[in-house]
Amino acid sequence: MSDEREVLDVLTTNARESTADIAAQTGLDEAAVEEAIASLERRGVVHGYQAVVDWDRVEEERVRAIVELNVELDRETGYEEIADRIAKFPAVEALHLVSGDYDFAAEVAGASMQDVSGFVSEQVAPIPEITQTVTHYVMETYKDGGVRFGDRDEDDRLSVSP
Amino acid sequence: MTDDFTDRIQRVEPSATLAISNLAAEKEAEGADIVDLSVGEPDFDTPENIVAAGTEALEAGHTGYTSSNGVPELKDAIAEKLRGDGIEASADEVIVTPGAKQALYETVQTLVEDGDEVVLLDPAWVSYEAMVKLAGGDLERIDLAPHDFQLEPALEDLAAAISDDTELLIVNSPSNPTGAVYADAALEGVRDLAVEHDVTVVSDEIYERITYGVEPTSLATLEGMADRTVTINGFSKAFSMTGWRLGYLHATEEFVSQAGKLHSHSVSCATNFVQRAGIEAFANTDEAVVEMRDAFCSRRDLLVDLFADHGVDVAVPDGAFYMMLPVAEDDQAWCEDAIEQAHVACVPGSAFNAPGYARISYAASEERLREAVDRLAENDLL
Amino acid sequence: MKLSERVTDLPESGIREFFELAEARDDVISLGVGEPDFSAPWAARTAAIDSLERGQTSYTSNRGIRELREAIADHHHRYDQSYDPGEEILVTTGASEAVDLALRALVDPGDVVAIHEPTYISYGPGVELAGGEPLSVPTRAADDFALTRERLEAADAGSADTLVLCYPNNPTGAVMTADQLAEVAAFCREHDVQVIADEIYAALTYGRDHASIATQPGMRERTVVVNGFSKAYAMTGLRLGYALGPAEAIDAMNRIHQYTMLSAPTTAQYAALEGLRSCDEEVADMVSEYDRRRRFVHSRFREMGLDCFEPRGAFYAFPDCGGDDERFAEELLESQGVAVVPGSVFGAGGEGHLRVSYATSMRELKRATDRIETFLAERRQTP
Repeated sequence: MSDEREVLDVLTTNARESTADIAAQTGLDEAAVEEAIASLERRGVVHGYQAVVDWDRVEEERVRAIVELNVELDRETGYEEIADRIAKFPAVEALHLVSGDYDFAAEVAGASMQDVSGFVSEQVAPIPEITQTVTHYVMETYKDGGVRFGDRDEDDRLSVSP
Repeated sequence: MTDDFTDRIQRVEPSATLAISNLAAEKEAEGADIVDLSVGEPDFDTPENIVAAGTEALEAGHTGYTSSNGVPELKDAIAEKLRGDGIEASADEVIVTPGAKQALYETVQTLVEDGDEVVLLDPAWVSYEAMVKLAGGDLERIDLAPHDFQLEPALEDLAAAISDDTELLIVNSPSNPTGAVYADAALEGVRDLAVEHDVTVVSDEIYERITYGVEPTSLATLEGMADRTVTINGFSKAFSMTGWRLGYLHATEEFVSQAGKLHSHSVSCATNFVQRAGIEAFANTDEAVVEMRDAFCSRRDLLVDLFADHGVDVAVPDGAFYMMLPVAEDDQAWCEDAIEQAHVACVPGSAFNAPGYARISYAASEERLREAVDRLAENDLL
Repeated sequence: MKLSERVTDLPESGIREFFELAEARDDVISLGVGEPDFSAPWAARTAAIDSLERGQTSYTSNRGIRELREAIADHHHRYDQSYDPGEEILVTTGASEAVDLALRALVDPGDVVAIHEPTYISYGPGVELAGGEPLSVPTRAADDFALTRERLEAADAGSADTLVLCYPNNPTGAVMTADQLAEVAAFCREHDVQVIADEIYAALTYGRDHASIATQPGMRERTVVVNGFSKAYAMTGLRLGYALGPAEAIDAMNRIHQYTMLSAPTTAQYAALEGLRSCDEEVADMVSEYDRRRRFVHSRFREMGLDCFEPRGAFYAFPDCGGDDERFAEELLESQGVAVVPGSVFGAGGEGHLRVSYATSMRELKRATDRIETFLAERRQTP
């Protein structure tokens, strides 16, 4: 496995690992770790570092929705152009082109359901190529960013065993 | 690797039932519809609530080791169950094992040394002999067959067989293969002899929940027996949990601390999620257990009647799901004929040191039992 | 009640003592655990649940369900091992039952059984239970705890009938290369020693592939290989292991197994089957995670001046604590609440070392190694 790949494996598990700890876990020296991270960032492999948040446990209200978007392409406009227009909205947290019955799946966040529905109807739906939107509000999140929410499994192993 | 394996292996014969099951498999492969009355396990599914508890434990990730002697909640439940039977039991006196067989094996290994004398009541379950021989013990056997498989009329024989040299007596009531449940008077006779000659008794009570109209007594509840009895039991038969592998032993704390060493080295612990299912089995399964018992009881009645219709009187068993059918002198040949001609599989009595009989297991539907008897009759095997 | 000497003579394991010390405290970070911190792969667990719901709760054939034995045979091709699922494989209730059966099938009273040490604690008692005489063959830190001809000769292991070999090794984390095994194999052939090879950690090697002594020339016919699902598939509590060996050895083991166990737990057999069929990726992920922790722990030990060879297998590191290991472990537990197992528990050659299990989360490993560092610093100040 390449050095960068090893570093990436650590970062995707815990992006807050210190350089020293990454070095210890990968067997690289710290300079090599710094270099690998710099390269990953420079080449656009790593775009950023974020916390995985269970918003249900945060006081303020926050609503998320998965929005299905159908588009009709014309000669001048491709998926790229439409995606670019949609992705520019800060309320859009993620945007994927998908196979199947619809074209785009957007993850949208807002302070309330009104907020989200307002955003979809006033900002997204009017884009001329968009023919239909279906909004699914997230009721409960069980796993995000590869991390399982809810109570952590207790370690019920015996403390010392052969 | 050389062909001479250890002496202890040479002492153990390949199971006598193997020839029969091989023959049955052969016939089945040829397309024959074999009525299998040789099986030693209930034909019922494990009750739903136990399956659900096992499922839940797997989902919760209970897939690691447990304490070697068992999870505390299960040991508590076992101790409570035993106290309900009248045995003064505490959780520290229990080892949970993968199957009652393993409990028995550990018990025999812990008690029997080379040359020790062990008394068996014939017909006896095949594993007892094998386990004693594995431990290097010598066997002394009492034949209950002449007494309709009951122990009380054989107490004199037993008294003659037991001496101060006797190390261990193995009692299995309700019995596999005979289905006999020993009366209190018989057990008291055992107690008197055990106390007189300072003999340890293994009481294998695995079929204890399957009895018909009689209440089995645990040997350890008799005065003078608490310190000299190892009680073996398990979940396989009562709760139809054979494949789960869950059993236990109860004895003095001293015994448990010694057998526990052997247990931890030889199997580490019983399966984790299975132990959790065991807790549920004790807690909420009484109704299903009674249903299964009642079904076995009506099958027993049916079978006894059907044999009587053909002029064959069997000793009516009060427990387990077996009965001994008197057959020809050469029971091995009779069992082979039964498979060859009638396509009915059962175990020759000689496997249990009871030549002249076949063990019939009625862990099969009433329809199949009727079919079996018809076929045996048609082929002049009754 | 008169108990048999074979059992009363067995010593209580030293690990038990430590377990009780650790259990008596409630704020312990434990690096004393001999099992994975992962749960069994979800696919394997759902397969187990499905089998329960289908009512597959009866006994299986003595040797284990056929599909499982076939899958095991296939799986072992990766180690260049080839065994016939019909006659050369026995599925057991954990690898511990397989070891126990192998000893009972191969060891007659008075037979000498060589055991390299430090090693897993149950072999010696297993030999004694079978009436054999354990012969300790200490390995050395200088050899990275590999077994060498020199060590075998020094212990007069040529007089042994059987050798119990455990690599990747618990407690040291040592592995042996094919070349190193060739030397041991030659010794066994010369002295007509048969081998019980406990390879339960075969899937957990780092930076090199597992090599089995059974693939050395002339060794297949004199070796029983023991393996299982506990460690690689994080299924310790499902109790499922197996033995691979020449038909006559497996048959002999099965003769005991049929009377004492009948068959391994049915549900666990279905879980294991699914494990072999579909969980390679999950196992690979666990292996990578152990590998990161292994490097982390090893590098932290070096930083804090604990001498430790680089372990290449299992999930243990075996640092030299530079003195009385039992005292070190007790004081570490007492003052920092970190549980490790003193190396002397695992036999000759283990004294002065600690078994440190890294089968625990990185977060806990960081806290634990920080505490060990503090402990070392305090010790240096107040000798």
